Amino acid sequence: MAEGQSPLAQFEIKTLVDINVAGIDASFTNSSLFMVLTVATVTLFLVGGMRKSALIPGRWQSMAELSYVFIANMLKDTVGSEGRPYFPFVFTIFMFVLVGNMWGMMPYSFTFTSHIAVTFAMAFFIFVGVTLIAIAKHKLHFLAFFMPPGVPMYMAPLLVPIEIISYLSRPISLSVRLFANMLAGHTLLKVFAGFIISLGIAAGWLPFVFVVALTGLEFVIAFLQAFVFTILTCLYLNDALHLH
Amino acid sequence: MPQLDVTTFAPQLVWLAITFAAMFIIMWKIAVPKISDALETRQMRLEDNLKKAEDLQREAEATLASYEKALADARAQAHDDIQKIQQQLQEAAAKEEAELSDKLDARIAESEKAIAAEVEKAMESVRDVAVDVAADAIEKLTGEAPAGGKVEGAVDSVLKS
Repeated sequence: MAEGQSPLAQFEIKTLVDINVAGIDASFTNSSLFMVLTVATVTLFLVGGMRKSALIPGRWQSMAELSYVFIANMLKDTVGSEGRPYFPFVFTIFMFVLVGNMWGMMPYSFTFTSHIAVTFAMAFFIFVGVTLIAIAKHKLHFLAFFMPPGVPMYMAPLLVPIEIISYLSRPISLSVRLFANMLAGHTLLKVFAGFIISLGIAAGWLPFVFVVALTGLEFVIAFLQAFVFTILTCLYLNDALHLH
Repeated sequence: MPQLDVTTFAPQLVWLAITFAAMFIIMWKIAVPKISDALETRQMRLEDNLKKAEDLQREAEATLASYEKALADARAQAHDDIQKIQQQLQEAAAKEEAELSDKLDARIAESEKAIAAEVEKAMESVRDVAVDVAADAIEKLTGEAPAGGKVEGAVDSVLKS
């Protein structure tokens, strides 16, 4: 395959504006562009939808309120009322990942959630934040998290390392799940799109049908991964606040 | 694989931090309060209206109850009035009847008295006639007029027996 037509070419970071601050490369790239677009879209969607803030909402306001209620209910169901102060953060996570994924579905666009650096940074930030919340709330008692109640003492040497490893692997599983789903889906779309060209008119319709179906599936995955990322954040927050 | 190109990490992370922080502040300070305000206002309006509706229903029920009570009172009052008037009428009728019967009794008594007087008068005239007839008969038979008191005494003793 020629350069630029590889299924992975869509994930290339292209610098649009070279910026260098104090020796750190802060260039404005295609990834940055879609992050900014995501923030702008979400802000426009929510603030624009609520500009009238009518008692009886129109369609736009209903959608804005629906997204709020969706995440508010998720947080309430998984964490309870103690989760309320963290709502703005959880809501930001959801909208950022969801709209980032959706922008990625545009042809010729860039999916910033398909980069492990971005997803791991978010997952690690959540992991550290949740751990700090747990320590601030439970002090040393937080360590009891690694020793589930009701387990006999002689099991501790086996169980505690397992619990610690599973706790430490949370940011990895959280970030890799999102990154791998986006990477795989977009790569698959590109591969099958390439088949349409190479098979020509004779048999090209078969991968074409497949690409159409896959595009629908990708929209579902784009939503589902944002949902999973957010609900896992809620569950980790619940563990931090309630220790199992 | 472009994802593993470490040189792209710095700009990605810098812009992730900038955009995510910006979005968090926008959500936290503007969007979330706006939406939650709207939802709360609506919830309060709903509860308010529900309460108002409940109050109105209670009021309507009270009105209905008082109406029914008024109706029942009026019925009872009317019943009482009818009974009272009936009683009054009955009393008046009884009184009139009694008066009438008194009057009639008086007249009957009067008439009886008159009849008795008439009978006495007739009896008296019968005695006079009897005395005259007896005196005439005695005169015709004996040819001489009986003594004044004798005939009358004989007639009286016959009439008395």
